[in-house]
Amino acid sequence: MSAPLTPQDVLDLLEQVKDPEVPVISVRELGVLRDVQLTADGVEVTITPTYSGCPAMDVMRTEIERTLHAAGIDRVTVKQVLSPPWTTDWISASGRAKLEGYGIAPPPHSADIRALKGAAPVVKCPHCGSTRTEMISAFGSTACKALYKCTDCLEPFDLFKCL
Amino acid sequence: MERSEALFRTVLRLGDNSLVLGHRLSEWCGHGPQLEEDIAQANIALDLLGQARNYLTYAGEIEGKGRTEDDLAYLRTERQFLNVKLAELPKGDYAHTIARSFLFDAFHLPLQQALTKSPDERLAGIAGKAVKEATYHLRHSSEWLVRFGDGTEESHRRAQAAIDGLWMYTGELFAPDEAERTLIEAGILPDLASIKAEWDATVARVLAEATLVRPADGWMARGGKDGQHTEHLGFLLAELQYLPRAFPGAQW
Ligand SMILES: [Zn+2]
Repeated sequence: MSAPLTPQDVLDLLEQVKDPEVPVISVRELGVLRDVQLTADGVEVTITPTYSGCPAMDVMRTEIERTLHAAGIDRVTVKQVLSPPWTTDWISASGRAKLEGYGIAPPPHSADIRALKGAAPVVKCPHCGSTRTEMISAFGSTACKALYKCTDCLEPFDLFKCL
Repeated sequence: MERSEALFRTVLRLGDNSLVLGHRLSEWCGHGPQLEEDIAQANIALDLLGQARNYLTYAGEIEGKGRTEDDLAYLRTERQFLNVKLAELPKGDYAHTIARSFLFDAFHLPLQQALTKSPDERLAGIAGKAVKEATYHLRHSSEWLVRFGDGTEESHRRAQAAIDGLWMYTGELFAPDEAERTLIEAGILPDLASIKAEWDATVARVLAEATLVRPADGWMARGGKDGQHTEHLGFLLAELQYLPRAFPGAQW
């Protein structure tokens, strides 16, 4: 490479790496990408899982390595950390908008203990915008989603669960 | 007992509890009583499996003999598993599965909450992930226990029978072994008596709402923490470990 590589260059490249379960949102917008460091040993990328058992982590790790290798960066280390634990508050504004456009209601704001304890959040239908919605099941198509239905347009949809 | 040995055994147990119960719940995949519950149990099983991976990886590092999460999950024999017996019991009918999950979740949530404050940063980090998941799990099992208990005559009868049958396996949750006592004294593990107090309160609240009766405390089964299991664990491991045993070193 001609100009020296910066962390921003790496971040820009990693914008191509999407959540394999929601392929419109990047790992950065999802808040899973925590840090990029340039070290004597190459590029070190730090990621954190959404859930302990998130099966997408291995795919994301591989995609990060593949993307950087394809850009000519040979020495790449992907490190996984658990602390501080991921929260849905880390999903960026653009990420939330993309989720909604994809038909998934973005998580209720602030993963505070109230939402976890079950105070029913107001959930807007991503199809028609109605707030007259009901939860069908707290566990949806993946660990990070709950299943809802809209009582106006009658369509079912996923909610990105508050965590 | 030396601190590192106590930590190894305790972290291994945390992993084994989640691994074994997670495997039991995964047995509902494709067999759930309704689609949403089939999906819910698969999701909960996946959460528990993820927690097990984190704990077993850490246990391998504490031991320092190069054993990975896979080595610990797939290549130990029955007597080397340190999970509580409650986790390994067969899944039974759906009331039994829900009752067992409830009795475990009501213990697991306050334990993970307390572990987030452990001075052992790795434990606190793993628990910090697990605590959010355990919150959803307890909510799920509580709601279903209430639905069964306060449901039809049949569902009430089955839920009460499940609670009655499982009760003798709950004592082991709160009876510390030597390793746990060592860590409790060192302030790394919370006092299990304080976890018991929270468990008692949750059990009283949910059983009352479910119109179920709390059984009297009688003889309590022990031994799982020491590797002495019910006859059920061996069958579970035969399935869980089949592939790596049949094809040593197999890779995806
Ligand atoms: Zn709608």
